[in-house]
Amino acid sequence: MTALISAKDLAISFGGVIAAEGVSLDVFEDDHLAIIGPNGAGKTTFLNICTGYLKPSAGSVTFQGRSILGSSPRAITRMGIARAFQIPQLFTEQTVLENMLIAAASQARRFAPFTPLMQIPERKEAEHILELVGCDDVSDRPASELPEGKRKLVDIALALALKPKVLLMDEPTSGVASSEKFDIMDTLIGALREQQVTSVFVEHDMEMVSRYANRVAVWNAGHIQSQGTPEDVLQDPEVVRTVIGV
Amino acid sequence: MLMRIVLPVVVLVAIVLPLATSGWDAFLTLVWAKALPVLGIILLLQAGQVSFGHAMFFATGAYTAGFVIRAIPGGEIVIALAAAIGASVVAGLLVGVFVVRYRYIFFAMFNLAFSMVFYSLLEKFIHITGGSDGLSIPRPEILGQAMERSEYEFVLYYLALALLVICLYGVHRFLDSPLGHTLKAIKTNETRIEYLGLSPRRVLLIAYIISAFLAGLGGALVAVFQGIATPEYAYWVRSGEFVFVAILGGTGNVFGALAGSFVYEYIRVTATAYVGDTWQLTLGLVLLVIILFAPSGLVGVLNDIRGYLGKGRREPTPSGGKQPSGKTEKQRGEEQ
Repeated sequence: MTALISAKDLAISFGGVIAAEGVSLDVFEDDHLAIIGPNGAGKTTFLNICTGYLKPSAGSVTFQGRSILGSSPRAITRMGIARAFQIPQLFTEQTVLENMLIAAASQARRFAPFTPLMQIPERKEAEHILELVGCDDVSDRPASELPEGKRKLVDIALALALKPKVLLMDEPTSGVASSEKFDIMDTLIGALREQQVTSVFVEHDMEMVSRYANRVAVWNAGHIQSQGTPEDVLQDPEVVRTVIGV
Repeated sequence: MLMRIVLPVVVLVAIVLPLATSGWDAFLTLVWAKALPVLGIILLLQAGQVSFGHAMFFATGAYTAGFVIRAIPGGEIVIALAAAIGASVVAGLLVGVFVVRYRYIFFAMFNLAFSMVFYSLLEKFIHITGGSDGLSIPRPEILGQAMERSEYEFVLYYLALALLVICLYGVHRFLDSPLGHTLKAIKTNETRIEYLGLSPRRVLLIAYIISAFLAGLGGALVAVFQGIATPEYAYWVRSGEFVFVAILGGTGNVFGALAGSFVYEYIRVTATAYVGDTWQLTLGLVLLVIILFAPSGLVGVLNDIRGYLGKGRREPTPSGGKQPSGKTEKQRGEEQ
């Protein structure tokens, strides 16, 4: 099987802290890969490298066989790697629908100067994505007024509006009430499946990982400690001892 | 509501006024012309950026129109205005490529710095620009017709009005387009714009060039109306005046440019007549009142009155219509 994203021998450190050292990790089509590990292990750094925000000191990253090292976040986004953030990145003074339409217009490169945003042909599609993630009921509200759970979903919806091949998510349910977490993830994974989007998500909640990931990579002290199916990895005694902490 | 009702009413009154009364056309021609650079400032304010240097484009338009009219025997206003627009757009591109890399106070100060350099050049290159005496501009022909002063001013009044209405409508439509909304999004979250595959700098550069175009056109109209272009056109006080008028009129709507420009000129002319050299004091007091009691400007007051009377839905305005939290995602992130 060919990897969509292939990282080889990545190395990067911040001061004395090693975030990655000789890390190799592949993301395959239709994967829902969870990256787990202790705080500060380097999980988010991997997402930052894959989206062009950080450049590793050594190693390579390819997307569909093409190197993306040195490319800007926007160039990588245009290639098909979208990102959702731990702290949702929304346009707070605009409504949820306006947020979505800006993303949809960007994807379609629709920048005719006098076409009203609300009348772009991609509107239906954008509304459909909002419906998929369960945010159609807040489409007229300013993004600044949304509760955290909805903000997370809108952030992910913005990424989906870009029609990515791969979606990278940083703790998609952090800051969300425990009672809402599974609903949100059910909705989200359903949307990803419908849109046929491969996903990588950083997660701390092992229940979420075992329920929604088909592969798990354990990132610890700048290394991949273990990777495989959730059943195998989460029962690995070493992973249980160093990461899960039970 | 403003675009559908107020604009046609204002245009209708403006069309009839010079035919019905006299003495308003000179005043209003300056109002129309000076509203254009203010419109440019309002455009940039949508992205949260304020320029204290747009007088340089105002002067670019004014001097270019002057040079063209002086170079062509008889002069032709259409060619002069086209050249002024072209020169302002090129200047906007050259300066813009540099300044759009910066934000907030740095953006404002770099604009100021460029404009003061330009001001000095206009002052020092006496043989070309006429130095502090300025460049006198003979009355140009309009579409090949040489006109008497009163006839010329009459036509210029309508020309300036037509150009202003076209620009108001154009900027209004632009702000409603995907690109316009992306420009507004720069104010709250540039990171997300990057991760949508867009360049915030490029979006801001487009707006900057449009604002330079508007300032240049305004400068050219003022110059051909007054028959002179002076270095004072590029001076920082003039740039500050554009920002002042934008705040006065309201930055949330393109009509702020028109309302602000009208009220500013009216106060200036009236206060000059009554209190002479201290007219700035009156303007300062008016601005204080606006900032304290109507931070969304005159257009915001209009919206507030309309909302109070409950006669329609309040128009969403970035600064006045809605009451956003005022916090960017980045700030929220820092708080967390």
